[in-house]
Amino acid sequence: MSTAPASPAPAPASGRLRAELSRWSPSLRIGLGLLASIVLAGLFAPWLTPYDPLRQDYGAALLSPGPAHWFGTDSIGRDIFTRALYAIRTDLVIGFWTTYVPMLVGVLLGAWAGLKRGWFDAVLMRVIDTALAFPFLVLIIVILAILGPGTHNIYIAVFLVGWTMYARLARSEMLVEASKDYVLAARTLGYPTWRILLRHALPNIINSSIVFSMSDFVLNILLVSGLSFLGLGVPAPTPEWGAMVAEGKDFMQQAWWISTLPGLMIVITGVALALVGDGLTYRLGDRHVTGH
Amino acid sequence: MWVLRFVLARLLQAVPVLLGVTLVAFLAIHLVPGDPVRIMLQGRASDAAVAEIYGRLGMDQPLLVQYARFVGHAVSGDLGTSIIQRAPVGSIVWERLVPSVFLLVYATVLSVLLAVPLAVWAAARRQRVADHLIRLAGTVSFAMPSFWIGLILILFFGLTLKWFPIAGFGKGFGGHVHHLFLPALTIALFLGPLLVQSLRAAMLEAMTAEHVEVARAKGLSESRILFKYVLRAAAIPVITILAVNIGWLISGSVIVESVFSVAGLGMLLVHAVSTRDYPVIQGLTVVFALLVLGVNLLADLAYALIDKRVRT
Repeated sequence: MSTAPASPAPAPASGRLRAELSRWSPSLRIGLGLLASIVLAGLFAPWLTPYDPLRQDYGAALLSPGPAHWFGTDSIGRDIFTRALYAIRTDLVIGFWTTYVPMLVGVLLGAWAGLKRGWFDAVLMRVIDTALAFPFLVLIIVILAILGPGTHNIYIAVFLVGWTMYARLARSEMLVEASKDYVLAARTLGYPTWRILLRHALPNIINSSIVFSMSDFVLNILLVSGLSFLGLGVPAPTPEWGAMVAEGKDFMQQAWWISTLPGLMIVITGVALALVGDGLTYRLGDRHVTGH
Repeated sequence: MWVLRFVLARLLQAVPVLLGVTLVAFLAIHLVPGDPVRIMLQGRASDAAVAEIYGRLGMDQPLLVQYARFVGHAVSGDLGTSIIQRAPVGSIVWERLVPSVFLLVYATVLSVLLAVPLAVWAAARRQRVADHLIRLAGTVSFAMPSFWIGLILILFFGLTLKWFPIAGFGKGFGGHVHHLFLPALTIALFLGPLLVQSLRAAMLEAMTAEHVEVARAKGLSESRILFKYVLRAAAIPVITILAVNIGWLISGSVIVESVFSVAGLGMLLVHAVSTRDYPVIQGLTVVFALLVLGVNLLADLAYALIDKRVRT
């Protein structure tokens, strides 16, 4: 981090932590609090509920929400609260990997293209233009049509397409960065390109991708649950929010809770991630996200 | 005259992307692991039937020849023949295009009607309670999965209040407007927040522009300024955000069409995937990309109409 401004006099660890915390906006605090509760609820699901997410109990089918079953039960008697808790694991894990693997690949490719230019940049940009000419969901569905549905293939499909937005973002940031003095200086000193990229430029261009990744995370959870709703995603009987909404859609009139409550979990998770993204925008001082 | 030249220039620029798009569509059938024809026929076919389909699809030719034929046919409007429906893909897609485009335009109009007043209100009362509430409502609205809010709208406005039909496309313009209200509203609920956010930013910027300051100094009322100068300046960001998000809009419509059983392109795609009708999937891949590219071209044309400097 040779480009970082001179750091203030070293403070005791607790003081530094307090200083950092004081810079967190209310939306960052609320968002992180919500997100942490959701993650903990997913981790400790077996201790938070006495039921099994997969066990069917036809004697207890279609029970409305009550003290025994907080979110009610579905058409084959599974406890919906239990399944919604276990689904945190499914959706957040898939959401995490489908966001951050493409981010890592996209930022590196885009930054390299913006720094090196030449044929690599030209080819990469044509590939990105082509990928972005398709509606995202359509491209993912077409790839799933080729590979077949399922969790494993969702990963492959999103890994193939998701990096393009990050590559474009990182490339445009790198184009600005590449003409700055510190990059020119590093070039004059004869540092290899990868070193300039990783050690010098990356810390300066990564913020906008981190901020974007929070809304991307929301969109990826919506994508995975949407694909599962269409029957192309996480296969039954694995608990997954979108698939749970689909299971209840034919029972909307007699048992509204089957679809409604798992969907609410998606909304809460999405809002938590959006609040964190909002807070990070302030904290990292990102200049590309407008609205303020 | 400049319009023609402008469109031609943009189309020429789009050639590499169009080649990429057709390549992706072409590969959609060739990358299927195993034998795509046998998978399509789901193991029910005799060897003779398989060989017949290979011949009909031209899949016994070398890959490069097949690709050249695919592009050649696509350019002349021939997108192949559906295996399942035994009809030309072009005419199947054409039939489904009208409900989809109607839904997309309808959703866009609803989003604008919803977003403009909210953005004006938020910008006028920035950093006050109304602004924060609109922002929060937008965040929640954006995080709502469309398949979920669609079902809730069906339950509430369709099944309980019986105000709107819950499925289908309806007959005549009035029927379409009535039938597609809930699907269009579902899409508007995630497109609207994006519009509000960028409109609000554009208006805040316009409010501090010099000519607006002059108008203010001349003693014009705030509401006059808002409608005379600020809203006009916000037109371009609306076009931009709609063009940039046309892909998301179409993605949303694929799911919404399935929820509301609207016989459009999205439902056709989901159906084609579940029946493994690869020629239809290929055709739709091209058509969806053409929709995105076409909307972007229209947006470029709109800029050129508004701002003469763009006409190169």
